[in-house]
Amino acid sequence: MQHRTLWAFASILVLAAAAACGGGSDAPAEAPAEPAAPAFDPATAGNVTGSIMFEGEAPAAEMIRMNSDPVCVKEATDTETDYYVVGDGGGLGNVFVYVKSGLEGSFPPASDTLILDQKGCRYTPHVFGIQVGQTLQIVNSDPTLHNIHATPANNPEFNAGQPIQGMTLDRTFDNVEIMVPFKCDVHGWMNAYVGVLDHPFFAVSGSDGAFDISGLPPGTYEIEAWHEELGTQTQSVTVAEGGTADVSFTFSVG
Amino acid sequence: MGRLWLHRYVRFVAVAAAILITAGGAVTSTGSGLSVPDWPNTYGYSMITFPPSMMVGGIFYEHGHRLIATTVGLLTIGLAVWLARAEPREWVRRLGWLALGAVVLQGLLGGITVLYFLPAPVSIGHAGLAHLFFTLIVCLGVLTSPGWRRSYGRSEPPEDRTLLRLALLAPAAVYAQILLGAVMRHTGAGLAIPDFPLAFGHLVPPSWSAAIGIHFAHRVGAAVVTVIVFAAASRALAHHWARTELTRPAMLLVGLLLLQIGLGAWTVLSGKHVTVNTAHVTAGSLVLATAAVLALRAHRSRFPDAAEASGRAGTGAEVLP
Ligand code: HEM
Ligand code: HEM
Repeated sequence: MQHRTLWAFASILVLAAAAACGGGSDAPAEAPAEPAAPAFDPATAGNVTGSIMFEGEAPAAEMIRMNSDPVCVKEATDTETDYYVVGDGGGLGNVFVYVKSGLEGSFPPASDTLILDQKGCRYTPHVFGIQVGQTLQIVNSDPTLHNIHATPANNPEFNAGQPIQGMTLDRTFDNVEIMVPFKCDVHGWMNAYVGVLDHPFFAVSGSDGAFDISGLPPGTYEIEAWHEELGTQTQSVTVAEGGTADVSFTFSVG
Repeated sequence: MGRLWLHRYVRFVAVAAAILITAGGAVTSTGSGLSVPDWPNTYGYSMITFPPSMMVGGIFYEHGHRLIATTVGLLTIGLAVWLARAEPREWVRRLGWLALGAVVLQGLLGGITVLYFLPAPVSIGHAGLAHLFFTLIVCLGVLTSPGWRRSYGRSEPPEDRTLLRLALLAPAAVYAQILLGAVMRHTGAGLAIPDFPLAFGHLVPPSWSAAIGIHFAHRVGAAVVTVIVFAAASRALAHHWARTELTRPAMLLVGLLLLQIGLGAWTVLSGKHVTVNTAHVTAGSLVLATAAVLALRAHRSRFPDAAEASGRAGTGAEVLP
């Protein structure tokens, strides 16, 4: 009898501890700060444009087998992996290009809300950028369940269920991080990445490999290009007053 | 009669627990541990009302594992209560409560690991306790068996100290090896050494990292376990060939160990094929439980109920009531 009470007592203690510590990760999104005036004269702004090229033979896209969820089989419009998006001219898409260093002053978070959509059991966009404090709305457009699981290193990890079509979840990121991965543990093939920056000077290359970072104050910058499989490359570039600097990166396998 | 049914029930719980270990192993092998983000609910539904049609993708494994775990939890409550009512030996009744405590703690660890995104220490604890729980149920099966009560028809205490020691050492070594396996599994070191039997083409890895170290330790551990298990089994087979209650688990143990090593190697060579990897988890539990059965039976005469039982065995004239 004594043992029984002891067990009951111990179990209750552990339960209470678990309840007290559980679910602590749901910090409410902070209200975006008032947009401040840019720290430079917009009339002097310049651009960095260029292209990301892929050299050699890109690994072929693979077919994704979605059989583990019949809804996905029905809803999917895109069933090929998108690790390597290589255009006809050899341009490489889905590369995150951003100003890594050289900026001065601070930049207010953008007030518009970005959307990460779960549709056809894929994420759109696959690679994108966001500013610290900017709202990301995660939408489940599928008539099946998704869990949206972010696995950052510098920001709090979160994992939320979206069992019902049309559900949304708003999130912000507090710290700069290249890149925050997203995955769905229900559908193991779903993955996406967001680059979190404290400024608005970033872009993602299109399927032709082209990108354009505009509105930059004149100065000398370190530009980094990130690809999910091929890693990063950096180059230094100087933007003249009102000018356009051109920079190209070439990635290859191996 | 009632005792026989109790014993049969324990066997049934043991089979259910083995199925549960396999289901849990499949959760980890498929990487589905976080496909249900909440606990104790599932996507806001209570565990029981979550529609089966929504058990898609990883949820099939994770939610299925929770359902099987709940069933085993209920079966374990039944076991503890049955023992409390029908079992005369107090220490066996206590083991029933211990099993119930283990399954409750195990459920909590499972929930906590989900809420905190599978932190390695919690997941390793969950894995480690799972194998202990299964072995405890199997031990209860031995303790409630008719053979145990008859002391396997023996009256004189065995004097083979070497066997006693080796039989204890074997499950301890196997369990240490299981814990090494769990650390490797939950720190993502399962393929840190991609070839087998060599390591990067060498006997000893030419370069080291934490992952390579833990992986290599599991291989060295397998060699050590093999030596100990062979020593224990050959002792039983060579010196006690007439005692089938020892030779049978000894032979089974050797067979399961060889199978387990094969599955371990295959896990590496197949790049962690889900089925092979999961079978390696389940077979690990079977190796541990079999070693524990051998240990219990070898030590039979040292248990508090030995004198009484050997009296019933009908050989000793000088046995006390
Ligand atoms: C009560 C009896 C239970 C037993 C015997 C058990 C057993 C197991 C086993 C053997 C594994 C595989 C570990 C490995 O391969 O390393 C596992 C994994 C897992 N179990 Fe359980 N389990 C139980 C209850 C639960 C419950 C109630 C939950 C609730 C959420 C749960 C959640 C998990 C999760 C999330 C994993 C995957 C962990 C990871 O991959 O890191 N388990 N379980
Ligand atoms: C004495 C024999 C062995 C026993 C008892 C044993 C036991 C185990 C157990 C129980 C696990 C999973 C732990 C958990 O539940 O989390 C494990 C994992 C593992 N074992 Fe073994 N093992 C043995 C031999 C081997 C051998 C010879 C190899 C070959 C290299 C091997 C390779 C592995 C690997 C790669 C994993 C991790 C799988 C993953 O990362 O998912 N094992 N072992």
